[in-house]
Amino acid sequence: MNVIEVKGLKKSYGQVHAVRGVDLSIPAGEIFALLGPNGAGKTTTVEILEGFRNRDAGEVSILGFDPKNQGRAAREWRNRIGIVLQSAADAGDLTVIETIKHFSSYYSNPRNVDEVIAAVGLESKSGALIRNLSGGQRRRLDVALGIVGSPELLFLDEPTTGFDPEARRAFWALIQQLRGTGTTILLTTHYLDEAEALADRVAVINNGLIIEVSTPAELGGRATSKALVSWRDGDHIKTEGTDNPTSVVTRLNAQFNGEIPELTVTRPSLEDIYLTMIGGTDE
Amino acid sequence: MNKIPSALNLGIRRGKLEIIQFARQRESVVFTLLFPVILLAIFGSVFKDTIAPGVTFSQYFVAGMIASGLVNTGFQALAITIPMERDVGGLKRLRGTPMPASSYFIGKAILIAVSMIIQIALLFGFGLLFFGVEMPSEPSKWLVFIWLVLLGSACSTALGIAFSIVPKSGRGASAVVSPIVIILQFFSGVFFVFTQLPTWMQQLAAIFPLKWLTQGMRSVFLPESFASQEVAKSWETGRTFLILLAWLLIGVFFSIRKFRWDRD
Repeated sequence: MNVIEVKGLKKSYGQVHAVRGVDLSIPAGEIFALLGPNGAGKTTTVEILEGFRNRDAGEVSILGFDPKNQGRAAREWRNRIGIVLQSAADAGDLTVIETIKHFSSYYSNPRNVDEVIAAVGLESKSGALIRNLSGGQRRRLDVALGIVGSPELLFLDEPTTGFDPEARRAFWALIQQLRGTGTTILLTTHYLDEAEALADRVAVINNGLIIEVSTPAELGGRATSKALVSWRDGDHIKTEGTDNPTSVVTRLNAQFNGEIPELTVTRPSLEDIYLTMIGGTDE
Repeated sequence: MNKIPSALNLGIRRGKLEIIQFARQRESVVFTLLFPVILLAIFGSVFKDTIAPGVTFSQYFVAGMIASGLVNTGFQALAITIPMERDVGGLKRLRGTPMPASSYFIGKAILIAVSMIIQIALLFGFGLLFFGVEMPSEPSKWLVFIWLVLLGSACSTALGIAFSIVPKSGRGASAVVSPIVIILQFFSGVFFVFTQLPTWMQQLAAIFPLKWLTQGMRSVFLPESFASQEVAKSWETGRTFLILLAWLLIGVFFSIRKFRWDRD
């Protein structure tokens, strides 16, 4: 059975149809990225799956549980999931270790607190007050609180917004490490490189509908799309689209009788594909 | 698979955490805990008269200060700080964990009860040392005092949590909540002798719990003979208990049914 199973999910706010019929199937152990511009229905979809919002229509099963239910069963369910929200700036007067230890007490099978602190790379900050952490360190703490209950499923909402490139790489390594433990992860992100680096599959959502679901390499026919070969010919740069870039390069190699000036061979980036798919509406 | 911890167990843990957080905000600790003492010092120095034979204004005022301390520390503090916690996303994060709402409420109740005990101890200490406040000698009055503090503290906590749904943002919360508390204090006989207030004010105040808490505290700190000077010519102890209990139930009901974890 899939960890996440969604059929025909719909949600409107007044006249605004935020989610207009979303289907998702995510098996255990997969890292799944949900991509989409602001207002595409990403957050609404995820918050329904997290049990934070009610839906108007559709079926939702998360670890076999319908998140619209409340009470004891909901507690048992929350015991098995972890949620890292977009921003939380509370508890500034507590230390990192106090906070993680406290949150670990909510769960029946928490991870070892020191291990969690090490996993997110906050060893040197474990005794520091949260108010004194940098933005990136805070985000690491958010993740620590999301994983301390040893969740089977982890929701990550735009986890690296505001990170510098180095912190982002370190964060990716952390998520890849979680993959090793078999945790299923639903990731929402603005960053295409992030989805490409982490996700097994990506879904692109726009105007409340899923446009496509595939692997990052195959999204939008990317794997089969024409390669672009470009080089300098005298005063100007020439570009040629081709399905056989190797033969083009071989031809040029013969033509120039050696090194081809300023040679590049590219395929459309995930970002190019994505922007085409959402019709250039992203900010 | 281990069992998930009980709501009470987590509530006690939350209480400890709330106390640690409160204690680390030094300015607000000093202000919250000493505020009643400061007021007692001001009013005790200004009004030197006696209200009735053997009843100084300080004595009358201590009763009012403990009662309004319960409202300030519980209702006012929670109705302001909970919207602030909500604004910064702290409540939503808690909502996403297996911690039940009741544990969060129990944690708040523990914080309020502990801070009330410290406040009362300070008020007694300063009152005895500097303002000639007399403590009741009969055990029965202490018994009334203890249930008044416990029930009043619980009632104030529950109503503060319930009222936290009203302010839209943490920044605006103080402007919504503080005037209500101050007006209630004037109407309920905290700063003035209750029987000297206009009748309509007395009647309005009688709807809300602060009037009953204040009157209950007077029954503890003022001589038995003073009862005849109350509006009802009696302390109305039984009625006080029932009205506070009713407000506690109203607060608990709205806290459970309407509590908001998220900004929108």
